[in-house]
This record gives sequence, structure tokens and C-alpha cells, in this order.
Amino acid sequence: MAASLVIGAGIAGMQAALDVADAGFKAYLVEKEPSIGGRMAQLDETFPTLDCSSCILTPKMVSVGGHPNIELLTYSEVIEVEGNAGHFEVKVRKKPRYIDVMKCTACGICAENCRLTGRIDSEFNVGMGKRGAAYVPFPQAVPLKYTIDAKRCLMIQRGKCGKSPPCRDACPADAIDFEQQEEIVELEVAAIVVATGFDPFDAHLKPEYGYGIYDNVITGLQFERLSSASGPTFGELKLNDTNIEDVVFIQCVGSRDRNLGNPYCSRVCCMYTAKQAHLVREKLPDAQISVFYTDIRAFGKGFEEFYDRVREERVRYRRGNPSEIYKRGDRLVVRAEDTLLGKPVEVEADLVVLAVGLVPREDAQAVVGLLGLSRSEDGFLKEAHAKLQPTDTEVEGIFLAGCCQGPKDIPDAVAQAKASAASAIVIMSQFTKNPASGED
Amino acid sequence: METEQSILERCDLWGCIQCGKCTGGCPMAFKTTLNIRRLIYEALIEGAVDPSGMEELWDCTTCGTCVLRCPKEVEPADMIVALRTVLVDGGVIPPTIRDALTSVFRYGNPSLMPPDERADWAEGLGVKNIADGADVLYFVGCIPSYDDRAQKVAKALVKVFQKADVDFGILGVEEKCCCSEVRRVGEEGLFEYMVEEQQELFGKYNVQRIVTTSPHCYNTFKNEYEGLDIEVQHYTQFVAELVNEGKLTFSGELDKVVTYHDPCFLGKQNDIFDEPREIIQSIPGVEFREMDRIRDRSLCCEGGGGRMWCEGSNPEERLATSRFEEVLSVGADIMAVACPFCLLTFELAAKAGGYEEKVQVLDILELVAEVI
Repeated sequence: MAASLVIGAGIAGMQAALDVADAGFKAYLVEKEPSIGGRMAQLDETFPTLDCSSCILTPKMVSVGGHPNIELLTYSEVIEVEGNAGHFEVKVRKKPRYIDVMKCTACGICAENCRLTGRIDSEFNVGMGKRGAAYVPFPQAVPLKYTIDAKRCLMIQRGKCGKSPPCRDACPADAIDFEQQEEIVELEVAAIVVATGFDPFDAHLKPEYGYGIYDNVITGLQFERLSSASGPTFGELKLNDTNIEDVVFIQCVGSRDRNLGNPYCSRVCCMYTAKQAHLVREKLPDAQISVFYTDIRAFGKGFEEFYDRVREERVRYRRGNPSEIYKRGDRLVVRAEDTLLGKPVEVEADLVVLAVGLVPREDAQAVVGLLGLSRSEDGFLKEAHAKLQPTDTEVEGIFLAGCCQGPKDIPDAVAQAKASAASAIVIMSQFTKNPASGED
Repeated sequence: METEQSILERCDLWGCIQCGKCTGGCPMAFKTTLNIRRLIYEALIEGAVDPSGMEELWDCTTCGTCVLRCPKEVEPADMIVALRTVLVDGGVIPPTIRDALTSVFRYGNPSLMPPDERADWAEGLGVKNIADGADVLYFVGCIPSYDDRAQKVAKALVKVFQKADVDFGILGVEEKCCCSEVRRVGEEGLFEYMVEEQQELFGKYNVQRIVTTSPHCYNTFKNEYEGLDIEVQHYTQFVAELVNEGKLTFSGELDKVVTYHDPCFLGKQNDIFDEPREIIQSIPGVEFREMDRIRDRSLCCEGGGGRMWCEGSNPEERLATSRFEEVLSVGADIMAVACPFCLLTFELAAKAGGYEEKVQVLDILELVAEVI
């Protein structure tokens, strides 16, 4: 059976793999993290329909996990790609989880007994919750198997964890295996879909907002976790002991910014902020909510209507890009010019949410080098033609899906994934029908 | 019309999206009518801005916050300087600024001081003239040369140099104003003239390395003197190196709580945030505490951009005064500065606001000189 490789198992990669698999071809889905799901798994509700993100994502994750034509390679990285369309030879490194996934029942006893539990920042909760060295990123993880973080685990780092590692002693399935080695898997595929995603903009790079200095200045992604019922506060808007009455959102943090080399619009921040303002209103009916913006971009289906709705929920939109945040007593002061009033203003806040943009992944250059692709000026992966081949690359047989190609929202990422899957299916069909390919 | 059009092109105003980040961060916007975002809008829409009668143009301290914050690489402060140039060319400028400019042209300093007294502060200190050859030219600057208070800073640096065996010299009576502020009040012609003179002087003595007292001199030499092929350092960089390399050691202790105010021309405009802190923290006995508004979020003292010679349209509410509340809130005995303008504006504000008894304003060099 002809096969495709999909790199990255966020919503785009999962969708591409599902379409390839549903068409009757094999899909190898490689994911760097211990679980599939990507960024979408971290979100609370999604704009503009307010679907609960994990409620619509989890069934897809389960389908991916159970699909007979999809082979999942989680906690794995593509390390070598050779050949060309129809005949790519791929090497994948499966990192050791130090847990035998055949034995692990995800009972969680290893994590309960890990001496570092509660001491390592949870990536999934963007540093707002803690995990141990033995962990699952989140309860709906697929595969639902524990992983031991080799970089932090005392046993792996120092060769010793107390008298005997308590996780191993406690595991009822005898699944913990510190001798586990990495494994190199070799694959032959006809086509490749790249769906490696994005990084959220690092708000430390805008020092005027005091991110990292003030606990109550958080990013949009952190807000998602804070607001999520599965988050560190179980959905309660609560940060340290501050009683939240005044909430300020700041748009365009790290986007449309030539100074930072991020001149592009990140496309999702206007709407995710509108949605977050709505969530604040839902949770804190009496809060003062202000959104500082430069331009509002509500261009998608149902977006402008949602923006209308949010304003009617008593959210104040103020035109002006805040210039700095500082403290007065215990309160944050957001300083901006309200450009419609033509006056500088100071707005006190208990919570400031920075609408951070989307930036190319830190490892984008490595991906480009691995696959022989190139990057556009904004640093994202470059498509073959900006208008007519938006999901093709300059390399035949390699396609792009989702935010690796540029910032986009969920429906656009899914649409691209389906387009890339269709392109991959075309290649696979050609090579299946052609007897010279020696397959089937 | 010609001039205003060139303002639009020269300051690259077409890139402006009117986000207001410039005015929102402008330290003057809250206390005067200066609104740089609105001025840019006017220029964009009308194609011209007539600066006559705009007193608020003289409020700008050229602290550079607007330039730093602008996401579109527009340089709003440049527009203010360009508009000031129109006023300077038309001869309609505050008399104190006119006097300062005339003084720079005639005497090489803005304070109407005799040029032959420029090096009086160094008498008896054993400071050699650069004419006798030295590794480092110490460029003293106008205020530390003539002002009683600021002279102490120059003397402190001499002590530091001597303690660390640095081979240095000064230009003596030949030293002239760097003209950083001349340029910022819009007198570009005088700036260019003086740059040429200065370059000749540096060339004459084969100067290889310059250390300045003032961040303003440092900034203009480093970033605005075209073709100047000389290593320029602010003293905080030089002294931090001495400390880190073990060439400057301390013999005493300073049992005080010290906080530090970032000068705009050193911090925001040149990213020199760490060196001053390294020096302070290396002083034995010092407990260093940071204020809230520091580094990129520091508050301007209101001394730059010609404001040393001109009160501005709202002299009552001094930013320097509000700064003292912050100094007190961290419990500091000493507010350390690294700029002669900051030193003088804060000393003045301390007197005016009655903070003198509670907080001492001292240059970092004075702290260092006390313990070596």
C-alpha cells in the first residue's frame, strides 16, 4: 500500500493523516511531543462558534489513534529524508519514553510517586501548572501513555533517585524501563505533508509590557489555560490572590511589528481576544473589560457578527496600542493613547492579557534543511506559489498544511490539511497505478 | 511646503498606522499638549505642518521612547526635531535656547562660560593634556567642565582612572561641546560645523579611544558623527570593564541602599542597562534595589533635547519629582545616576520637592570614588 508521511500531529496534521487514511492509503503520523493534539488541545472555547476546543478535538484524536491505516509515531522526530516524489526514504527517531507503552495502563501511579511531581512547569499549561518527570501532558492525551522526561528525571540525569526510583517501585504494570534506548524507524513514502505548526510569540521581547515581571500580565495562550475547565484553576479566572475586576486586553503583541522582524498580521489574535473578552464576561459579569486595538480584523465567516456580539456584552474597545505597563501600588497601570479621544490614558488593571501573535517555530530552519524547502520573508515555510499553489512546496511530493506556512485559524488550517492530503493522494495514486513503481 | 514634504519623506512618516504607541509612551504627553501621533497625522493628511506658535514642540526631551516603541520603524522624535529646525531657521525660538546656541557657536559651550576656564576643574589633579599622548581621551563634556556640582563627577572619574592606572588625557581648553543637544533643538547647521571641528581635533591628537561622562556625548559620537573611526565608550562601560577585569579594586565599604535611574540616552537609546548595575553591585556594602520603572520602561528626567535650557510649557509638574516617590518606595538612601543632566535635574527636583533629607542623588562615579 502506498504511504504518506505527515510531520506534526496538531489539527492540520491529524486531518491530513485522516484524509489520507480514509482514502485507503497508509499514513505515518510523526509527532515530536508525547501526545498528538497540538495547540488546539490547549484552547478553551473556539471563535466564533464557542465550541469547546477539546470537545471537538478529542474525537478526532481518538479517530487518529484508532485508525487502521494510521501509524502513530509520537515522541518521535524525522531525522533524515532522501529520494523524491513517489519514493521518499525517511528515518524517524523514536525517543525513549522509559516506559513500556505495551505495559503502561496510564494509571498514573508513576506520576503520583515521582519525586519531582509538582516541581516542573507544565508546557501544556504554559508554565501555570506543574507536572512531574513522569507525566502525561494532559488527561485526553493520545496515546494515553506516560512518559519520563529524560531531561529532568533524576534517575536518568544522575543515575540515582533515592535508594530506588519510586516510580519504578510503584508501577503495578512493571512498565518503567530506564534501559530503554532510542529506536530508528525507516519508512518509505510517496508523499510528505508538513504540518509542524507555529510558536506563540515570546512576550519577553516586548519589555515595555513587563511580561515575566508582573504575574498578572499573561499571554493569550495562558489565558486559554486559565479559562479552561481542565486548566490549573479549573476554569476560574484567578491569579495568585488578586480579585479580578478590571481586565485589559492588548492586541498586536509581536505582530505587525517591523522592529521585531514580524511585520505580518497574525490573523487570529483579534478574534481570539474577542472570544476571551466574551469568556471574561461570562465568568465575571461585573468586570470592566477593555480591549486596546489598532485595527480590528474580523474577516472570516461569522467573525464580524461575533465582534458585534462581544461589544454588546459591555466590552470596551479602545483604539490605541498601549505603550507600557507599570505598577501603581499593587495595581497594574496600562498606559496608552486613546487615539480616538486624542488623549493619553492610564487604565488600571488586575489582569492584562497580551494577544501574542504566531511566529515560525524555533526549529523551522531545521525542517527546511531536512526537506530541502525554503522560507518566505516572514520566516514561515514557503509555498510554491502564493496564489495558485498555496499548499505545494518547491519540492514535488511535499506539501504544507496549517500554521507552518503562515498564521491561520482552525478552519483554514483544516482546509489546507485537506488540500495537502488530496495532493498527497494524487501522488500516491499515480505511483499505485504505475506498474513501474513496483507497488501493489 | 517643500520643507514639510521633506519632513514626511525624511522621517518616513508614510509608514505610520496611527496606533498611538508613540504618544502613549511619551513622558510629556500627560503633562503638556504635545501629541506626536496627532502631529504625524496632520502631516500625513495635510501634507504639511506649520510649527509656528507650537510651544509644545519645545517640551520634547528627545528621550527616544516613541522611536523605541514604534512598531513601524517611524522615528517620531525626528519629526519634532525637523519642525524645530523650521523654527530655528525662521529665528522664532525661545530666547534661552537662542542664547545657548549662540554660546555654543562663540564659546564652545552652551552656558556662556569662558573657553579658557574649561579645564579649571582639573587643576592640581595631575591630569595630562591629550597633546602629550594618551591611550584614552576623557571627553569631559560641558556641564561636568563648568558646573560646580557636576565637576565632582569629572573629578571622581579622574580618581578612578588614576587608581586603575589608566593612561588618559583631556582636551583641556580645546574641548568643545559635542553638540548632541544643538542637533536636537534643530540647529543642524551648527551641529555639522562643530562635528567637523571636533573631528579635526580628534585627528590632530590621533585619538584612538574616547570615554565620556555624559550619555549624550557618547550617543552623538557613537551614532551621529559620520565617519568617526574611534572607539567610543560611556564611562559605565569602561569602568565596568575595569571592575570585571580586576583592575579597579575597592578598599572601603558603602553601607547604603542604592537604586539606579536609567538615563534615556544610555538605556533606551543605546541598550546599556547592565554595566551601570554591575558597577553599583560590585561596591562592597551596597544593597542594590530596583525601582519599578527601569530599563526599557524607565522614566525620563526631562533634561534632554534642549530642556536643560528651556522650561517647557508645564514647568510645575516635573517628572523628576514623581521619580522620588518611587525611590522612597523601595527604601533607597541613594539614587544613583549616570548622566550629568539627570544629576542636575534630580538635584533640583530634590530641593524643590523637599526630598533632600531623605534621598541623596549621586553619580555612580561618586559612589565608586568614595570606596577606592
